[in-house]
Amino acid sequence: MVSVATRAAIDAEIAKMPEKRGALLAALRLVQAEYGYLPPEVMEEVAQIFGLHPTEVFEVVSFYNHFHVQPRGRHEVNVCTSLTCSLRGGRGLLRQLQAYLGVRAGQTTEDGRISLGHEECLGACGNAPMLRIDDTYHLDLDWVRTQQLLDGLE
Amino acid sequence: MGHRVPHVTHYLTEHFADPGYTTLSGYRAQGGYETARRVLAEQSPEEVIGTLKNAGLKGRGGAGFDAGLKWSFMPRDQAGPSYLVCNADESEPGSFKDRVLMERGPHQLLEGILIPAFATGAATTFLYIRGEYAEPARILQRAIDEATAGGVLGSNVLGTGFAHQVVLVRGAGAYICGEETGLLESLEGKKGQPRRKPPYPAECGAFGRPTTVNNVETFCHVPHVFARGVDWFRSIGTEESPGTTLFGVSGHVERPGLYELPLGTRLDEIIFEHAGGVPGGRKLKAAIPGGVSMPLLPAGHLDVPMANEFLREHGSSLGTGGVIVMDETTCMVRVGCVISEFFRDESCGQCTQCREGTGWLHKLMLRIERGGGTEADLDVLEDVAGKMEGQTICAFADAAAWPVQALLRHFRSEFLEHVRAEKCPFPESFEL
Repeated sequence: MVSVATRAAIDAEIAKMPEKRGALLAALRLVQAEYGYLPPEVMEEVAQIFGLHPTEVFEVVSFYNHFHVQPRGRHEVNVCTSLTCSLRGGRGLLRQLQAYLGVRAGQTTEDGRISLGHEECLGACGNAPMLRIDDTYHLDLDWVRTQQLLDGLE
Repeated sequence: MGHRVPHVTHYLTEHFADPGYTTLSGYRAQGGYETARRVLAEQSPEEVIGTLKNAGLKGRGGAGFDAGLKWSFMPRDQAGPSYLVCNADESEPGSFKDRVLMERGPHQLLEGILIPAFATGAATTFLYIRGEYAEPARILQRAIDEATAGGVLGSNVLGTGFAHQVVLVRGAGAYICGEETGLLESLEGKKGQPRRKPPYPAECGAFGRPTTVNNVETFCHVPHVFARGVDWFRSIGTEESPGTTLFGVSGHVERPGLYELPLGTRLDEIIFEHAGGVPGGRKLKAAIPGGVSMPLLPAGHLDVPMANEFLREHGSSLGTGGVIVMDETTCMVRVGCVISEFFRDESCGQCTQCREGTGWLHKLMLRIERGGGTEADLDVLEDVAGKMEGQTICAFADAAAWPVQALLRHFRSEFLEHVRAEKCPFPESFEL
């Protein structure tokens, strides 16, 4: 069951929209923040809140990159691999990260510390290459700086 | 050629170095919200739309549609709510202007929203921001809260009796939600798959109601048009494309960044004078004028004024003004691999031509890059791209086809070199 606080936050999001379903993405984000991912029974609970069939919730979850149906690492590290970042070494950075962490993009380290990934343009092309750790952008990177950032993660 | 640049001016970003400008009091200290107050108190919605039509402000989200004309499509006589949507789903590779406009000038955006909200009779604006933009979302929500507490938004906007609220909605990672009807689907809590048109959003938009969707930067120009007048606005830029825009310059340049310059500024001036040219004394090979969806231009074609009426003659378009520069070491097949990978990953899967075509383009590009391609593969690339263009519900498939067609048009010889050498002949190129 989602917590009382999360349920209250979902209701507040629903109140902002002309139709209940307009708050579905916000609700999924809130629930994912509580559980770390979206377990099937939680998606079913969200479906109940919104008066939807669970399948309707699953298809929305599967459409968007930020929703996860498997447990994730404590931190999301996503390297931008769009054209500008690639021109300035973004894909080299991802290769080094994969070797350093011993996982491929799309995987989580064994200690559950980091889920590594790559993303399309994050809108920081003036500071390429760059990556995103959770909600924070890190710009104008080289390997030394990237390693420091990784080592600083709990 | 109707190309006038009377003086260097930067009105959008003028106060962006001042951190206080992001607060309500700091924005008001620069005269902020005075224009909206005056317009809402003194003008009729018809006058406002007329002024914007005369100003000729073109949308800055990629398509370049006339903003005043778009507002005029909104029905005035219908019962029930209508909506305004601010498209802050900036995701076009090479584009980063809207993020900076939101982070450094959130109240400029809100003032730019209030004027068309009044003109179109919208009671609510949904500000749909891409999920990755957590920091801009935080800054915007703070600005919305401050504006609501300060009587700028709410039941009596700036004391004029007009009621308006702005609701921030965050996306969850999908490029296609930048397409306006994909955005509307997402706003309604669905998969962001674009809608068939007609009906257009002005008739049936968000939640089935009349809706106008504009890009962040488009809104930001609006207060300046009304503050300083149509003649001033039209004195900047070109005859058909007035005003400035934020050119985002990235890739192989000395000084990557945002440059607010008049539309019609030449591409080579932007790259060499403003962004400092290519580093290390290397030569420029090609540049994309407006985000990866727009066909690239080879080095010999960079003397083009950056406005749609001129770029069209060169087979390209202004797009989002995101200029991506590639130096002489760059392998253009690798560029094709990166771009086609993006479109393969982001196709929403709704139309067969796009879902299947984007995958084929990427596979063929990779095969050629890795030395396994044949000359016939080049024809297949052209054939697939040609069958995607103009055949789908939205313009995404066109955007996936155009860069491939431009690469083959301008750099066919590099593709053939790969085929003949059975490997990539550009060992110095960026890592794929």
